Amino acid sequence: MTAQTPSPGHGTDGQENWRGVAAENADDLSAGAGVFLRARSRRLLGELLAPHRRSLWGLLFTITVQNLAWLAGPFLIGVGIDVAVPALIGGNAWPLVWITAAMLGAAVLDTVLRFVFLTWSGRVGQAVLLTLRRRVFTHVQRLPLSFHERYTSGKTISRLTSDVEALAELLDEGLDSLVTALFSVLTIGVVLIVLDPPLGLVALLGFPALFWVARWFHQNSTAAYRRTRESITAVIVQFTETLGGIRAVQAFRREPRNDELHAQLNEDNRRAQDRAFWLIAVFVPAVTLIGNLVTVAVLGYGALRVMDGDLAVGTLVSFLLYLRRFFDPLQDVAMFYNSYQSASAALEKLSGVLEERPTVAEPSDPLPLDDARGELVFDDVRFGYTDRTVLPHLDLAVPAGQTVALVGATGAGKSTLARLAARFYDPVAGVVRLDGVPLDRLTDDDLRRAVVMVTQESFLFSGTIADNIAFGRPGADRAEIEAAARAIGAHEFIASLPKGYDTDVHRRGGRLSAGQRQLVSFARAFLADPAVLILDEATSSLDVPSERLVQRGLQTLLADRTALIIAHRLSTVEIADRVLVMEEGRIVEDGFPAELVAGTGRFAGLHRAWADSLV
Amino acid sequence: MTTSPRPVPDDRGRLSALLRLWPFARPYRGLIAVTFSAALLATLAQLAIPLITAAVVDGPIADGDRGGLVPLLALALLFGVAEASLFFVRRWAMNSSCLRIERDLRDTVYQRLQRLPVAFHDRWASGQLLSRATTDVSTVRRFVGFVAVFLAVNLITCVVVLVLLLVTYWPLGLAVLLTTVPLSALALRWERRYNIQSRLVQDEQGELATDVEEAIQGIRVVKSLGRSRLVFDRYDAKATRLRRLELDKVRTLALLWSIFELHPQVTLAVILVGGAVAVNTGALTVGGLVAFVALFTVLLWPILSLGFLFAFAQETASACDRIGELLDAPLTVTDRPGVVPADLGSPARLRFEDVGFSYAGSASPVLDGVDLDVAPGETVAVVGATGSGKTTLTALVGRLFDVTAGRITVDGVDVRDLPLAQLRSVVATAFEDATLFSMSVRENITLGRPGATDADVEEALQVAQAEFVHDLPWGLDTRIGEQGLSLSGGQRQRLALARAVLGRPSVLVLDDPLSALDVHTEALVERALRDILAATTALVVAHRASTVLLADRVALLAGGRIVALGTHSELLAEVPGYRELLAQDSELAEALP
Ligand SMILES: Nc1ncnc2c1ncn2[C@@H]1O[C@H](COP(=O)(O)OP(=O)(O)OP(=O)(O)O)[C@@H](O)[C@H]1O
Ligand SMILES: Nc1ncnc2c1ncn2[C@@H]1O[C@H](COP(=O)(O)OP(=O)(O)OP(=O)(O)O)[C@@H](O)[C@H]1O
Ligand SMILES: [Mg+2]
Repeated sequence: MTAQTPSPGHGTDGQENWRGVAAENADDLSAGAGVFLRARSRRLLGELLAPHRRSLWGLLFTITVQNLAWLAGPFLIGVGIDVAVPALIGGNAWPLVWITAAMLGAAVLDTVLRFVFLTWSGRVGQAVLLTLRRRVFTHVQRLPLSFHERYTSGKTISRLTSDVEALAELLDEGLDSLVTALFSVLTIGVVLIVLDPPLGLVALLGFPALFWVARWFHQNSTAAYRRTRESITAVIVQFTETLGGIRAVQAFRREPRNDELHAQLNEDNRRAQDRAFWLIAVFVPAVTLIGNLVTVAVLGYGALRVMDGDLAVGTLVSFLLYLRRFFDPLQDVAMFYNSYQSASAALEKLSGVLEERPTVAEPSDPLPLDDARGELVFDDVRFGYTDRTVLPHLDLAVPAGQTVALVGATGAGKSTLARLAARFYDPVAGVVRLDGVPLDRLTDDDLRRAVVMVTQESFLFSGTIADNIAFGRPGADRAEIEAAARAIGAHEFIASLPKGYDTDVHRRGGRLSAGQRQLVSFARAFLADPAVLILDEATSSLDVPSERLVQRGLQTLLADRTALIIAHRLSTVEIADRVLVMEEGRIVEDGFPAELVAGTGRFAGLHRAWADSLV
Repeated sequence: MTTSPRPVPDDRGRLSALLRLWPFARPYRGLIAVTFSAALLATLAQLAIPLITAAVVDGPIADGDRGGLVPLLALALLFGVAEASLFFVRRWAMNSSCLRIERDLRDTVYQRLQRLPVAFHDRWASGQLLSRATTDVSTVRRFVGFVAVFLAVNLITCVVVLVLLLVTYWPLGLAVLLTTVPLSALALRWERRYNIQSRLVQDEQGELATDVEEAIQGIRVVKSLGRSRLVFDRYDAKATRLRRLELDKVRTLALLWSIFELHPQVTLAVILVGGAVAVNTGALTVGGLVAFVALFTVLLWPILSLGFLFAFAQETASACDRIGELLDAPLTVTDRPGVVPADLGSPARLRFEDVGFSYAGSASPVLDGVDLDVAPGETVAVVGATGSGKTTLTALVGRLFDVTAGRITVDGVDVRDLPLAQLRSVVATAFEDATLFSMSVRENITLGRPGATDADVEEALQVAQAEFVHDLPWGLDTRIGEQGLSLSGGQRQRLALARAVLGRPSVLVLDDPLSALDVHTEALVERALRDILAATTALVVAHRASTVLLADRVALLAGGRIVALGTHSELLAEVPGYRELLAQDSELAEALP
């Protein structure tokens, strides 16, 4: 990942500019990284298949026997023509009966084994997919916010949907066709040589050519498939963003421009696929051509030998039949190879995500924290999201039980401070401590039990209101959920909904008004009942009476709890024990509300301006 | 848990759903014809080698004629090369057509989705939409490019070879023909089952995509409450269910596949017996039997593959149904036929006339008899309790939803009688949650007005006090993250405001536009905004007195109607409900120790 040079004009066709310039592009590949990526994706595939080693052997065995049964057909009919027909003409029907019985037996065996193989390999394939889904999902959940901000949700979604499906295709078709084909090729290869060694040698002549074609395909398709993964991801990212912001899209008549952008990304994807498909369009016919040339050679050479009396006609006929069955599956191998290339491009992307280190990780040697009191200390903390420092130097001690109001201009770093306290990020320097324990020495469970943050955006999950509140404490019963809602004054509106607590809030809570969403997410945090509660503008969309109700609820709740409240409406400050004023990442004022209001500092100014703005 | 309408798969099991693909395939019918012809010819070319083999056996070998071998070999070579070339042509033509069909179909789905009303998007889980636009559309591509062609080719091959078999020796040919009857009957039954199972799998994939999307987009909530486990369990339950559905499907496919594999082999045994008897009675030569067998072996793959191909056709049919559900969803908010742009003043007069609105599926109306007249250039603040319908009211102006009763007019013209494009260029909205897209700051601001000049952008930024963007690493060209997450909440809100005021729209709708701003910044924005508001008709939703003061008049919304209308001080003096909503927290301060 190399930092891109800041050149806003880059991509001068004017179509690319809309994206804007970002510091880094996670998909940029430096030369030579390709080999590394391949190894990485192979390793992932290996890991995924490792637990199924036994099944794979079993499948191999099944398919071998099944292939032998399948191969018996042509062999037996050859024997039938060479032996049974003359015998029948000679008056002996038994060979015909036996051979027919053998053919039927082989057919039934083949069918049963094919069924077993298909269902079994389906089970293995699905198990692999499930493991992969679980693994990527868990991992992504564990990755820090900084990852998600950089990677964007559309890309992550694409990893977990489209990329996983690319592997599914391989497992669906691949496992089956590869094993079948390889075994056909190997067994038939052996049969060919045994049947007639000289003819077999002629057949083997095709191999060097096959090898050369395969290498050509390999070299070109790797990059081609990588492009297809990247281009479909771009389509998905644009798609999810458009739908996520559909109100803005429609209200601002963005549709025509989006049509253009989507058409362009979609066309890029088509081109990328076209390139990959073109390669396969050359590769497969080349295999066929080689096969046909070999067949003609065998036919000519075989015919000559039959005429010389070295070879029975039946043998030549069988040989040619087998030869066809030798080269047809080779096409399947080629097709498998194609799916493999496609899947391994997807695996490259997936393993890339899996190798992202969860930098804000759980400690390996956690310190215990049984009952948090809620003392929060920032010790010489420095932090920036990027190279730019947002909090240059922060020292702050919040004793247990204190309610602290955090105010200041927008962009001053209030939310940033809050996020550090909730350990969404780790500081660049210094430590944040809870009850004397550095946050990065706490297990996630302990930390989340002790510290809960209500974020600026009140995200609700689709599901009922009760589900959403219970998100704060899974397993909470209806009475507890209601109590939490009552405590912050949300019960009334919920009860007035047609289905009450069982109302489905729709995608992202779209069924509720903005204020109602805030109330629900507030109730959610209330139910979680942490030692340290962080509220980041959690009441900004509420009307004054509702806000008042919330504050009344907070008063009771916060009596024995530490709280960090960020708010622009200074009414909140009235329930605070202490006020911090932030400016450009620094705490510039710190004191009791009454003291500060009476003083002449910044807070006094803010408060006066706020008081003037009322009524 | 999700609310997308999921029609229960019926058992019509129809391949007829595939017919709706025709409009997409039509432009490429030439290429499809080439694909098809090449595939057919290649199959015929394949027939050549067994026939030539028979000729070699019956001709040069029987006669010991070495010279006669050469032309036959040359012929075989010719056919061999032809077959490979036809393969290439087929694949080339296939790529050229089916990738374009996939592209066109996806473009169409996307375009349709963009134009479907907000009410539609509120109901549908986004993962369901995504999986239709990606997975299902790719399924269609594979169908058109490969399955449809081979279904046709293999069926034709079967028919042709059957005819050849009948010609070669009709009694045996007839026997082969009869064996296909039980095969078809069984296949038909399982195909139907496969169709239903495919649908279930596809729907579950959509559900899974929805879960992924929510888990990722709600990652802050999940992390802050430490609920990764819960979210994982939900996802896992769906992923496990998907696996089960997939395995059901695999089982049906395996059954199908097996019988299609059994059939030709049994038939081969029948041929041997029948052929041997025929040779014995002298009705058939050995060469004839060899040819018959060789011909039949040509059928092995076509028959075997039919099972899979039919199954895939069923899967495509259900994918088409799913795509069709999007393409058929009614565009309820759309231009009336024959609308022409009206002549609107700037600023324009905005009137609500007895407006009523209820959300689909909910019984009680949110708005019921709203009357409001906003004079050109006037600013009216809308005040009301949480959930009283303020946002709903503002959404009606730009027709994100259509009124269910009464009408809204702009300069006397019903908004439904204006072209959508015109209406939405006249009305600009700042939503309560600031949606930003991951693109440059400039693109985000000029969202709907690509023609905006730099001066316009500057002015908008100044009004919204969003000049901080110049301090971003690449200024206006900086890409801001999705939802603008790499910006602070107040910064995001100011950008959304800048977007709305850009180009001074004639009707401006601001939904609680200053909620995330600190007092000082708010005062600065208000000062700059006054200037803009003076020249446009505006509707401003407000929770705070400071915002209300921007307005000339205030409307108090309660119980779905406007219960009071007047200046701020009038209402404050006369309407207790209004005082209650906006007045000071002094009582709280008193109530507090
Ligand atoms: N995820 C992020 N990545 C990079 N920079 C960020 C990120 N989040 C915030 N910033 C920047 O850090 C600075 C402080 O942001 P922060 O969100 O802490 O401000 P704030 O005081 O909470 O403001 P507001 O009152 O508007 O919410 C801002 O300049 C902002 O642009
Ligand atoms: N998509 C929807 N389907 C059904 N009901 C809805 C939908 N969206 C909102 N509602 C309901 O309609 C009512 C009005 O919602 P609206 O968002 O207009 O309120 P609001 O006045 O803007 O509130 P706030 O001040 O909290 O933003 C609420 O009770 C809400 O629950
Ligand atoms: Mg609202």
